[in-house]
Amino acid sequence: MKMRMLTYSPLDSPLHRLSGAAKLIFFILWAVTVMVTFDTRSLLVMLLFALILLRVSRIKLRDYAFVLYLILIFFALNHLAIFLFSPLEGVSLYGTRHDLFPIAGRYIVTEEQLFYQFNVALKYVTVIPMALLFMLTTEPGEFAASLHRVGISYRIAYAVSIALRYIPDVQRDYENIACAAQARGIDISRKEKLTRRVRNMIGILLPLILTSVQRIETISAAMELRSFGQHRKRTWYNGRPFTWMDYFVIILIILIAAVSTYVTFQDGSRFYNPFQ
Amino acid sequence: MREPMIEFIDFTFQYRAQAEPTLRNITLTIREGEKVLILGPSGSGKSTLAHCINGLAPHFYPGTMQGTAKLKGRDMSSLSLYERSTYIGTVLQDPDGQFVGMTVAEDIAFKLENENVPQHEMVPRVAEAARGVGMEHLLSASPHALSGGQKQRTTLAGILVSEADVLLFDEPLANLDPQAGKQAIELIDRIHRETGRTILIVEHRLEDVLHRHVDRIVVMAEGRIIADTTPDDLLCSNILRETGIREPLYLTALRYAGCAITPAMKPSDLPNLELSTCLPSLRAWYDVSSAAAAAAERPAVLELQNIDFRYEPGGPSILNQVSLRVGQGELVSVVGHNGAGKSTLSKLICGFLKPSAGRMLYKGEDLANATIKERAGRIGFVLQSPNHMISKTLLYEEVALGLNLRGMPDTEIKERVHETLRICGLYPFRSWPISALSYGQKKRVTIASILVLQPEVIILDEPTAGQDYRHYNEMMEFLLSLTVNGVSIIVITHDMHLMMEYAQRTIVLSEGEVLADRAPADVLTDIRLIEAASLKETSIYTLAQRAGIEQPEEFVRRFIAYDRRERNV
Repeated sequence: MKMRMLTYSPLDSPLHRLSGAAKLIFFILWAVTVMVTFDTRSLLVMLLFALILLRVSRIKLRDYAFVLYLILIFFALNHLAIFLFSPLEGVSLYGTRHDLFPIAGRYIVTEEQLFYQFNVALKYVTVIPMALLFMLTTEPGEFAASLHRVGISYRIAYAVSIALRYIPDVQRDYENIACAAQARGIDISRKEKLTRRVRNMIGILLPLILTSVQRIETISAAMELRSFGQHRKRTWYNGRPFTWMDYFVIILIILIAAVSTYVTFQDGSRFYNPFQ
Repeated sequence: MREPMIEFIDFTFQYRAQAEPTLRNITLTIREGEKVLILGPSGSGKSTLAHCINGLAPHFYPGTMQGTAKLKGRDMSSLSLYERSTYIGTVLQDPDGQFVGMTVAEDIAFKLENENVPQHEMVPRVAEAARGVGMEHLLSASPHALSGGQKQRTTLAGILVSEADVLLFDEPLANLDPQAGKQAIELIDRIHRETGRTILIVEHRLEDVLHRHVDRIVVMAEGRIIADTTPDDLLCSNILRETGIREPLYLTALRYAGCAITPAMKPSDLPNLELSTCLPSLRAWYDVSSAAAAAAERPAVLELQNIDFRYEPGGPSILNQVSLRVGQGELVSVVGHNGAGKSTLSKLICGFLKPSAGRMLYKGEDLANATIKERAGRIGFVLQSPNHMISKTLLYEEVALGLNLRGMPDTEIKERVHETLRICGLYPFRSWPISALSYGQKKRVTIASILVLQPEVIILDEPTAGQDYRHYNEMMEFLLSLTVNGVSIIVITHDMHLMMEYAQRTIVLSEGEVLADRAPADVLTDIRLIEAASLKETSIYTLAQRAGIEQPEEFVRRFIAYDRRERNV
């Protein structure tokens, strides 16, 4: 059956009731704050806050499980890469060195490296729930409206929304094309040699691209016929007016950002250092 | 006399990419509040005329124009696409492609949003427009949850929500099943009566449009207007035959019976058709005609036995105990509404999906262990859109592809491809690039590329969708010639003409079950099956009822048999 990707489901929670723009602003500031800080204390507090929100939103794990697994795989790869390319990053950052055990050659596990990578991991898990929350609690139609509200041209904002709208159609086209191609003997499974497989893939992608181009032509004609792009501004059927909750949320994220940044930099460094 | 809404005087239009004008010397006046059908076969220029009215030509499809074109007395060339859209609302042909919103409500609101209408004003207007087309209970539905007819109604509401004086429908029936098409025509008529707006319908399906009254019919052929007259006068003339437009079936029946059709009979209006002068000859024709005898059973090529399918164990059942058989050289049609399991069935037969239970036999041999590739040598599958199948630029390469992938020696490939191209009437084009071919020819290329693998069964998804009478005939005669050579054909279709004129049997699928497997005449006269399959009653049946024939079903059977004999099917 079809995998459930990051699709909005119409639940009722305080998070669903917020306007998309407020959530977008919250998410952007949140992500920036987390990116800036390496302070373990503020990261831990923020993670706790994010987990509470996830709970409040009533979103179910199965709605985002697939994407979560995907992220976790990249997450693991990323950590492996950090260690492979710079096994003593933590040592140079924290200025001390406590060896735990050697692996081979220059690969020695140190307390500093473990702590550094723990912090990187913490940053990930603090941002991911917020990204998921934003995607899953914002109606796709309101998504474009909120992009527009934070200052992005509505043409671009609507392009994003149209892309979301047509993903399932393109998926269906792909399925049809792939089926018909397979029946003629165009094999894209692992049984085929790689070079051959790539060539066969192109055989499927070409009709897919051509159909998609035709689709785009129809959509643009339909949109122009209905006055899209006529004025500098446009209104949104689904845009939500700001309520006191939205202002509250924005003030909250500014406070969180300020406190976190203050805690982080009060000792003159981005890094919380337990080794000194 | 009402004010002219749209006026063309000696108007000529030429697309930038074309060597010759697509519209020539068009002179036409459409008055306020009129309901006009613009009729013509493919390539007659009727779509271009629609584009010149709504402004897509030349604003979206560039070209040059000569002569006069006026909209409410203003020169059209001085109006931008946007200004025109305030007068003219357009419903395009593809219900899916023009659905730009994430939900029904947003799609209806789209024009209002672009015109900066404030939200508090927008919401009640959208709700009202949705009520006008019967979509008020689906405001938050996403396009993927809607049928083609519902999508089209949404688009229509998106136009009604603004104050456009003219509603332009560009082939509104092309992508709808007969039932949805009938509802669309009824809805358009209701809007015309209730709002008095000017209505323009561009179509080639005359009978379906005439389900409701139109004031005038403008017939186009080869870029010119060749008739501009009332429906009754048109139906009594020779123009339809000359331009390749199918006349309403009930008139064909009257002609077979030897009745003279005159404008006084009101031939465009079947429920009020004046039949008294025709009754004796109609009855006499009925009495001497006979229905076709039941066809002898042919050896089975493909047999499905109690096929069940569900995507996951314990999940909802998609197909339930489906059994059917297809004989050598048979042409079988499969009908059913959206989601009845038609496409799942074809995917199972081709091996893209595996049945949860049941057996599938090809000439008595179980197909369970055959791979997709192996099956393809026995059962071919042709998608509705040729663009989904064509992946090479040259015709020869496209047809040879399947053989190349099977590692056949080049000399043998050449022989087989050439032979297939001859059968498909494509031999003269063998060295052409595919992009230079017409839609119907492309469709034929996709069939050739399947046929070259020498399957004995071909499944076609809507082979005649969106094609005019001439292309329909060409396609069906071609498929018929394949069955004469022993190829069995399964068509998944909503095309009632195809069923009546060519199919030996019609299999009705409903909710994943075979509801009926009978002669097309039986299906098309059974109201329960008609509804289950989203079809509509054939006008032959209505005619028989109007003529007081005791057994209208038998009348339909005799008509089909007579008609097939006439056309040597």
